[in-house]
Formats: sequence, C-alpha cells, structure tokens
Amino acid sequence: MVACRAVRGDSGVLSSGTGVAPAISTVFWAVRPANQESRAGRPGYCDSRAGRPCYYDLRTGRTCYMRARFLFGALVLLAFPIHTNLAQIKIGAVTCLTGALSTFGVSSIQGAKLAVADTNAAGGLLGQPVELIVEDNESRAGEAATITRKFIAQDKVVAILGDLTSSATMEAAPLAQAAKVPLLTPSATNIAITKIGDYIFRSCFIDAFTGKIMARFALDRLKAKEAIILTDVKQDYSVGLSDAIRQYFTENGGKIINTISYSSGDTDFRPQLTEVRIARPDVVFLPGYYTEVALILRQAKQLGIVCPIVGGEGWDSPALVQIAGKSADGNYYTNHFSAADPSPRVQKFVQTYYAKYNSLPDALAALWYDGARLLFEAVQRAGSTDPASIRDALASTRDFDGVTGRISIDQNRNASKPGVILEIENGETKMVQEVTP
Amino acid sequence: MDRLIEILQQLVNGVSLGSIYALIALGYTMVYGVLRFINFAHGDIYMLGAYAGYLLAPLFAHIFKFGEFDTFTPENTLFILAGAGLIMILSMAICAVIGVLIERIAYRPLRERPRLNVLITAIGVSLFLQNMTQYRLGANPKAFPQLIPVHVVEGLGNLTVLTSQLAIIISTVILLIVLRFIVMKTKIGLAMRALSLNPTACSIMGVNNDVVISFTFALGSALAAAAGILVSMDSPSINPLMGNLPGIKAFVAAVLGGIGNISGAALGGLIIGILETLVIAIGFPQWRDGIAFAVLIVILLFKPTGILGRVEREKV
Amino acid sequence: MSRGPLSLILALAVCLVVSLFGENFIASKFAYYYDILITIGINIILATSLNLVNGYTGQFSLGHAGFMAIGAYASASWSNHLDPIILGMLGGPGNPLATNIGLFVSMLFAGILAAIAGFGVGVPSLRLKGDYLAIVTLGFGEIIRVAILNTDFLGASRGLSVIGSYTNLFWTYGSVVLCIYVVLGLVHSTYGRGFVTVRDDEVAAEAMGINTTKYKVLAFVVASFFAGIAGALYAHFKAFITPEGFNFFRSVDVVVIVILGGMGSTVGVTVAAVLLTILPEALRALAHTQFVPPAYQGLLENRLILYSLLLIVLMLTRPQGLFGDRGASRKRLSRSRGD
Repeated sequence: MVACRAVRGDSGVLSSGTGVAPAISTVFWAVRPANQESRAGRPGYCDSRAGRPCYYDLRTGRTCYMRARFLFGALVLLAFPIHTNLAQIKIGAVTCLTGALSTFGVSSIQGAKLAVADTNAAGGLLGQPVELIVEDNESRAGEAATITRKFIAQDKVVAILGDLTSSATMEAAPLAQAAKVPLLTPSATNIAITKIGDYIFRSCFIDAFTGKIMARFALDRLKAKEAIILTDVKQDYSVGLSDAIRQYFTENGGKIINTISYSSGDTDFRPQLTEVRIARPDVVFLPGYYTEVALILRQAKQLGIVCPIVGGEGWDSPALVQIAGKSADGNYYTNHFSAADPSPRVQKFVQTYYAKYNSLPDALAALWYDGARLLFEAVQRAGSTDPASIRDALASTRDFDGVTGRISIDQNRNASKPGVILEIENGETKMVQEVTP
Repeated sequence: MDRLIEILQQLVNGVSLGSIYALIALGYTMVYGVLRFINFAHGDIYMLGAYAGYLLAPLFAHIFKFGEFDTFTPENTLFILAGAGLIMILSMAICAVIGVLIERIAYRPLRERPRLNVLITAIGVSLFLQNMTQYRLGANPKAFPQLIPVHVVEGLGNLTVLTSQLAIIISTVILLIVLRFIVMKTKIGLAMRALSLNPTACSIMGVNNDVVISFTFALGSALAAAAGILVSMDSPSINPLMGNLPGIKAFVAAVLGGIGNISGAALGGLIIGILETLVIAIGFPQWRDGIAFAVLIVILLFKPTGILGRVEREKV
Repeated sequence: MSRGPLSLILALAVCLVVSLFGENFIASKFAYYYDILITIGINIILATSLNLVNGYTGQFSLGHAGFMAIGAYASASWSNHLDPIILGMLGGPGNPLATNIGLFVSMLFAGILAAIAGFGVGVPSLRLKGDYLAIVTLGFGEIIRVAILNTDFLGASRGLSVIGSYTNLFWTYGSVVLCIYVVLGLVHSTYGRGFVTVRDDEVAAEAMGINTTKYKVLAFVVASFFAGIAGALYAHFKAFITPEGFNFFRSVDVVVIVILGGMGSTVGVTVAAVLLTILPEALRALAHTQFVPPAYQGLLENRLILYSLLLIVLMLTRPQGLFGDRGASRKRLSRSRGD
C-alpha cells in the first residue's frame, strides 16, 4: 500500500488498484489531523518538498509517500455496477428522490413501484418479472442526462420512465431519442418535450388542455367576464399555464384585466393582492404551486378578496389546506384525479396504495401509476422488447383504462384524457366536474 | 387621505418585515463583535427556531388550545399570549443550545486559524443544517400551527394591520429592550462589550472569553429563533430553505447599520425592511430580493463601516 | 516544475489522437463512462480556475457558477443563432470539421463574455476582504442567475435547448490542458508571486509597491474566462440548460473541490475534481448494492449532506486539503488572529 522510495516520489495517480481495505484505510489517511506525531508505519504530516502527504519511516529513516491510487482505484471499482443476470424486463425510472423536490419524487416513485408490484403479481410482462431500476436526479440540473446515459449504456433498459419535471425531461429526452429507447414521462407538462422525437411520449395532459379547462370552467360555471392572472414567473409550469389560460379566456369572450407576477420562494403577496383587490375581477387565476398558493389564499382572505380563485394541478397537496386553513374554502382547481372519486377502479387503487404506504395517493402517485402501467401494457402489446415495436405500441395506445381516466396517446405523442375540477369545501376537496377532451 | 392610508399601510408592512430582519441581524452583529467573523449558519438557526416551534406546539396543543380561538377577546388574550410566549421561549432556549453547540464543535477549534477557514466551516454547517432538516423532516413546506388568532386588528379603519404583524412589532420592541438591558446593565453584557474591543486585555482582566463567546452565540441564536417563530405566525409555511434569503438580507442589514454595532443592526433591519416594501409598492416585486444585494454593494463601496459603525484601523 | 510550450502541444496532440480514434467508440459503447469523463474534465477546469482566485490569490469567491452560467448561455445563444450560418459556410452539420470549428468559436465567445463579467465583478470587489467578498461574490452569482431567469430571450424559467451537442473529448481535455497550462504558467511567473503576495499580506504588498489591484483583477478575469469555457462545454454536452443549474449549490460544489484539493495546489485540485466527480456516481452504485440498508440510501445520495460534512471535517482536521499548499504560504496556517 505504501512505497518507500528515496525522496523523489512518483505520481502514479492513474494506475488501477485492488481491494477495499487499502481503499478504506487510504480514506482515513485523507482526513488525518495535521501535525500528528509520526510513528513508524502510520501516516502523518511531514515536511515534504513535494507537498504530498507522507511520513517518516523511523526504521529505515526515509520519507515514504502515500499514493492516491488505491483510493482512486477502489472508487472506480465501486462505480462498476453489480450485474444481476436474472431474466427480467428492465425499466429505468428517474425522478427527484432527494433535494428540494423530494416529496414529489417520493410520491411518484411510490406510484410506479405499486404498478410494478401489481404487474408482477399478475404474472409479469411477456412472462418475465419487471425490474424497475430507480435512480435519483437529486433535484439537480445535469443529473438526468447522466442517469439516462447510464440506463441506456449500462443497465440496457427496455424503456425509460421519467422524469418528474419538464427541465429534467428536456435533458433526458434527446439522449433517449438518439439511442432509440422509448421514454415516457407521466408528469412533465412542457409542450417542447414530445417535439424532440418520435420515441418520446407523455401520459399526462399538457398545459394547453389544463388552461382550457380552467378558462372554460370560469366562463361557464362561474360566469366570469373579467379575470386577473397571478403568475409565478420563476416556474416554467406557471408561465406556460398562464399563457394557455389567457389565450383561451380571451378567445372565448373573457377579458384579462391584468397579469400580476410573483416569484416562488416569496412569502408576502400583499402588494400584489392589494392590486387585485382594487381591480375587483370576477375570478382570479392562480396557476402556481401549492407552496405559494397556500399563503396567497390566506393573505387574499385577510385582505378581503371575495372572488373565487381557480388553480391548476400544482395546488394538489394536503399541505394546501393545512397552511391555508379556512381561506382555501370556496376555491377551485383542476387535477388529474381525485382520491374521493367513487369509481371502483380509483377506490381499489387508493386502498392498495394506502395499504402499502400508509398514506393517500396524490395526483403524482396516480399519474406515475398510470404511466408505468401504460408503458407495461404497451410492452405487452408489442410482444417483444424490441424498442421500435414498443414505440409503435405506445403510439397506438387507445382508451387505456387508468385511475386518472381513459388515456389515449394522440399523434403528437401527448395524452388525451379527462381532467377533474375540484372545489375546496371545509378543508376537503369535492369533485365538481369531470372534463373530457 | 387615501394616499396617506396607503403610505401608512406600507410603512406598517415595512416595519414588521424589518423587525424580523433586525432580530436576525442582531445575531450576526453580536457574533461579529466578539469574534470578528460572519456566522454564515445564522440564517439556519432562524429556520430551526421555526421548526422547533412546529415540533413543540403539538405537545402543548391540548393545554393551550392552539388554533381553536378565532379572535382575540379580553378574556382569552392573556391565555393565548401565555401559550404563544411559552412556545417562543422554549424555541429560543433550544436554539440557544444549538448555537452554543455549533460554536463549541465547529468554530472554537478554529479560533486561532485564519478567518477563511472558519468561514468555510460556517458554510459547511449551514449546508448541513439545511440538508439534514430536508432529509429528516421532508423538503416540502409544513404548516406551522396557529399559535395566535390572525385577523385584522379592529378599529383602525382602512388600515389593514394583522394581529400577527402587531405581535411581531411588539415582540421585537420587547426583545430589543431586554437585549439592551443585558448588554448595558449586566456584567456579562459588559464583558461582551469589552471582548469586542480587545480580547487579550479582557482575558488579562480575568474574563473567561470562552464563556462570554458562548453566551453571545446563545443570545444571538435565541433572537433568531424568536424571529423564526414570529414570522411563522404571520406566514405559517415553513421549509428547510427558509433561512437562506432572510439570512442574507439580515447580514446586509447588519452591515448597513455598522457591523458590530447593536443599534446599527436594528436600524439596518428596519431600513432594509422598509426599502423592500417600497420596492414592491412601486411595482417591481421581482426585484425585492435584489434590492438587498444592491444596498450591500453600494454600502460596501461607499461607506463600508455602515451608518453607525466605527472605522477600525487595521494594524500592520 | 513548469511545462514548456512543447509539453502543451504534446498534450494537445495526445488529446486529439485519443479523440479522433477513440471518441465514437467510447461514446457509443461506454456512454455512461463517457459522461463521467467529460464531467470530470469540466469540473477540473472549473476547479483549477477557481483555485487561481481562491487559492493562489486568497480572494474567496462564492460566485463561480455565475460565470459558468454566462459562458453556458452565451455559447448556447451563439450556437443556436449563428451555427446555421457558420456551419452552412463550412459544410453543414454533418461535417465534423465544421462542428468542431463551430464549437471552438462558440467557446471563445463564451470565455470572452465571462471574462468581461469577471472584470465587472473583480473591480468593485477590490476593497473587500474575506467574508464580505464571499457574500458579494455570492450576490453577484445570484444576480446573474436571476437576470437570466428574467430574460425571455434566454429561455427564462423554461430553460434553453442547445442545438447540437458537439462537446467531445478533444475540446474538453484540450481545455483542461490549456487551463492547467495557463494557471501553472501564471503561478510560476512573476504574476504568481504577485498573487501569492496579495494572499499572504496585502498591506505589506502595497507597502512594497505591488499593484494589488492588477493581480486581483487578473485573477478574476482569467478564472472567469475558463469558467465560461467550462460553461460552454457543459451547455453543449447536456444540450439543455436552466438557470437553476447554476445556483449557489453549484458554486459550493466547485468550492468543495478546491478546498478538498488544497487551496493553492493545482495538482491537488485536479485530483480532488476527479475524486469528487466519481464519488457521487460510486455512491449511487453503492446505494444500489446490498451493503447499504434502505434507510441510509437517501443519505448516501444526498450529495450536499456529505459535502457539508466533508467541509466541516476538512476544516477541523486538515485545512490544507489533500495536497496542501506549499512553502512560504504555510505561514498562513499558523498565523493567529491579530489584536
């Protein structure tokens, strides 16, 4: 592990190494306190001209250098995955399990894992069990691309399920397209994603549809003529949805008095809400995430704003009513699914999810459950693990029976499926309307 | 008249926001005074204070009936204040202990080292606190329990002042008075002031520097925790990264007022709070965070010692 | 130990040969390792350039990701808008010579723009020391990020797709070689003496008549130039960039590498860059094996918890990093706080 050379050492940093034990002790070497008393055979700081850690070997009286090669080698060795060679259908799933978006990521992967469990319990895919290889993109930019490369080159997956957010999917999709591996995102809503290529699919509806539902609801049910849109300028989702709402609302006779912006991370929205109060619209559109929406609803109530507020699926979280309390009552939002939906399919899903994870599923869990099952069903229909046939099977998905509704993949590889409009009443959500495309 | 009401309204908003910054800035400034070092992790103590309140409140919920009162009435006011006060004091105590622990483990061994090393350690501590909280308690925002009923204060006409904003302002004033008393009239306060002038002379005079420094950290952390609880009463959504931005803004406030100067920190906090509210009121809400940085750059370029600061000669 | 121009040309030639003959093979058969290799290269450039500012010149900058962002977005915009013209002139996107020249021009533009930004940050920061400088550079990094977030032309919150991911091993490792050459060349010259003097005792330096302004600004400009180049390589590799990818945590990543490697040791920083790029991937693999109980898998993959602990432990036990800094600058480590 150490070499005692004469004073001039060599820099063999890039040689390969073996063994975990030398690696571990070399790691300890790296964090030794400085100026420790050197004893024969123990590493310590010494006054070496080369500036590299070393120690005096008292027995031989020479300066001995530690080499980084073993640490490096051990780590490189660790990066080699341990291949299992069971016959399995491998599907890669990438989402944000740690970091700022971890709650969403955990929900999504729980939904996907439930789908895998259900499928394997029913006999698997093409006679083989499904193996879901889950990777975490740590809510960091750049990771999704690395993980996609790993899935394609290393794990040799049959298809990729992911990512959670639009920006991560935008990184992963070009790589999947270039390698001709089908990729299905169950929750990324940016329109540009499916335009990347014909191997990229989406099993949730896009912002254009959500915006249409919201605007339609305001025009028809709430009989609104004038509206204000509150946009979160830092979030692509909110900006995209605001544009969709504005377009549909104005095209169908409504008038957008003003578009007011806020930023995610803000906690005080009173200046913006004061403007809203002065303008007195019939309805306020709030296509943001529940983290800010909860506070906005509270402060709107405090400032005395009485018109209904309509939002999108970003509202979906139990924390919304927890934080907003009674101020959330009387407002509406669109969603992919409602846990309170009495249909037997949804209730069965809710019960199995609750049994496995001890909590109610949210929309993300439902979306990823459906997305995974849609993917598996396409593989089953394709009859083989050939990527081109899976791609074709995905593209020809019609009326897939999911917990978030009947899903069909349209010619742009986006999903055509119904949405629901929920009303918040007494701290609970109540389904008001189901909207089919 | 309407204009006057609007200006008063924004002033109230600004003062309540500035009070929070002032409380956090006091911690920065006191630590800088005794140790000449910016405690990067201070903003995260503020976050931990809020989380301490979040975790403690359910334990006392059945005694003090948090969340069950809708408005303040003459009968229940004292009771509500007692409950909220208890949670705040407990949270302050917990964060004081955390502050002292951080100082002992991470900063004390580096006291003789160059300041750069301590700065890096402080960054490490800050990141660790944030990410550990994220990992353990979840990254999503949590609902802070309602300690006091939040509603518009009656009798002020068109002026919308919330009980929470009133609580922030009144609590800050009380805490500032207490702090001034401690710093000016007690022996340990005397020791803090002496330490900030000349540590060596202090230890020659028989002061145990370590104890005084620990006390300073405890005091600063307690104030930050109080800020955390107060702000959560107003905006009951807490998340592990909530200390980042207020921490930086409070640092700017401390520098603005003169780093090392306690009145300066309070003044700086108020100014930053009012400036921020002004920027939003004029119509540029997306620059509310940038204004603090702009103030920092301007102050450091033109008057680095701050408004109330003394010029410190660098001895060569 | 200074490399002469001959070593530089030799190293570049090696990179060229490897890239010409091995690139396609590695990129297709070992795509995952290829990704890691390129990321290592980018991290080395970032770390060695930051080392120049933080390590050799002693200016603690926390805003390096801002310069990387400028480089990334500048080169992305350049490529998106001008590549059709440039490539058209040179033979189309299929022509490898054309894409390489296109990338080179794009990188140059990115580096120059980032260097200008570095000048802009360096000059106001002249009077600042230690903690203040850290906060101000952090502020600048955030301002740059927020400015990009508010600019629709650059994609704002949607992010920006980069047409053509042309980054290859030659450009990445060629830039690595160039960066190390320039940094070491500067350091082993009178400029290097200037940098180290500014770090060790600025007042004495001024008293001796050394223009500390010049050295500080030079350090910032050179560092941000290379950060811009790294950003350009990153943008053309990932093919999609968002402002969130260049936030404070990205700066912290680079800072951790510099501290681990030893501030003021280029070799150390390079080794640390390699280690800290491989480490998360190794941990990812480790988390999948049976050795780790599921409860702790999240901890292993939580890079920031590990990095923060690493920072604290390093500062407490081995502040000079893995490879330490050398010679005269050891005085810094034992100098106590003055009265």
